[in-house]
Amino acid sequence: MEEIKEQAGHMPRIGEPAPAFEALTTHGVLKLEDFKGSWLILFSHPADFTPVCTTEFIAFSEIYPELQKRGVELLGLSVDSVSSHIAWARNVEEKTKVKIPFPIIADLNKEVSLAYGMIHPGQSKTETVRCVFIIDPNQKIRTILYYPLTTGRNMDEILRIVDALQTTDKNGVATPANWRPGDKVVVPPPNTQEMAEERLKQGYECVDWYLCRKKL
Amino acid sequence: MACISPDGKPTESGTKMLRALQAGLKSPEEVAQETGLPLFRVRSGLREITQAGLAEQKEDRYKLSEKGAKLIK
Repeated sequence: MEEIKEQAGHMPRIGEPAPAFEALTTHGVLKLEDFKGSWLILFSHPADFTPVCTTEFIAFSEIYPELQKRGVELLGLSVDSVSSHIAWARNVEEKTKVKIPFPIIADLNKEVSLAYGMIHPGQSKTETVRCVFIIDPNQKIRTILYYPLTTGRNMDEILRIVDALQTTDKNGVATPANWRPGDKVVVPPPNTQEMAEERLKQGYECVDWYLCRKKL
Repeated sequence: MACISPDGKPTESGTKMLRALQAGLKSPEEVAQETGLPLFRVRSGLREITQAGLAEQKEDRYKLSEKGAKLIK
């Protein structure tokens, strides 16, 4: 058990400050604090020059303009070298005409991987699984996704989560299952008896006092 | 280094940042606005340029050093 813990490293949690790092990337040495003030999606992939990872990098590149419109930066990571990252990015551009616009961390010593719980020894002791950390402008972790080596991630869902979090922050609401921008949002539930009694008279669309929706 | 090549010459993004500092003390936000580079890239780049002696930092602002000014002449 201790050996697994040592191999796996720390497991960050939603609501905690994102672990600080200073890392060599394809855009030079970057620190987490360089991204302060922006939303940041830090994501890991198992290895360069592998098929599922290549499809994901193409997909991340394709949503990059939409992320930029939302004030979100992208930062990739694997335990490959910066030379490998550069060679792979150039190969992807040559073969598919897709340019990778965001930096990729070369985490050869696994320092960042271990700080973010990206090594899952049951899947691989040497490569990261497919992680996504959505970090807000105050550098707090807001969402964590862990996908297995075999399963490519869904960009639509990642964009949807960003929209949901930004909507929540701007309007003080929550978002229900399968929410899309433009759908009704969930009004925060009352937390006193008095508020619960008043809730049903406030003109929201309610199933009951604890589940009410409204249009923004 | 991302802003200075191994042969000592500034890259395109490095040159943009150095030129942005020619007019005097600037914050990373001001350099990002002027150069069109992402803010994270500018923060990292200014740190690198300063470590290379091409710029000087005063609190949260940067200005070109003599060495930096000679490089982009």
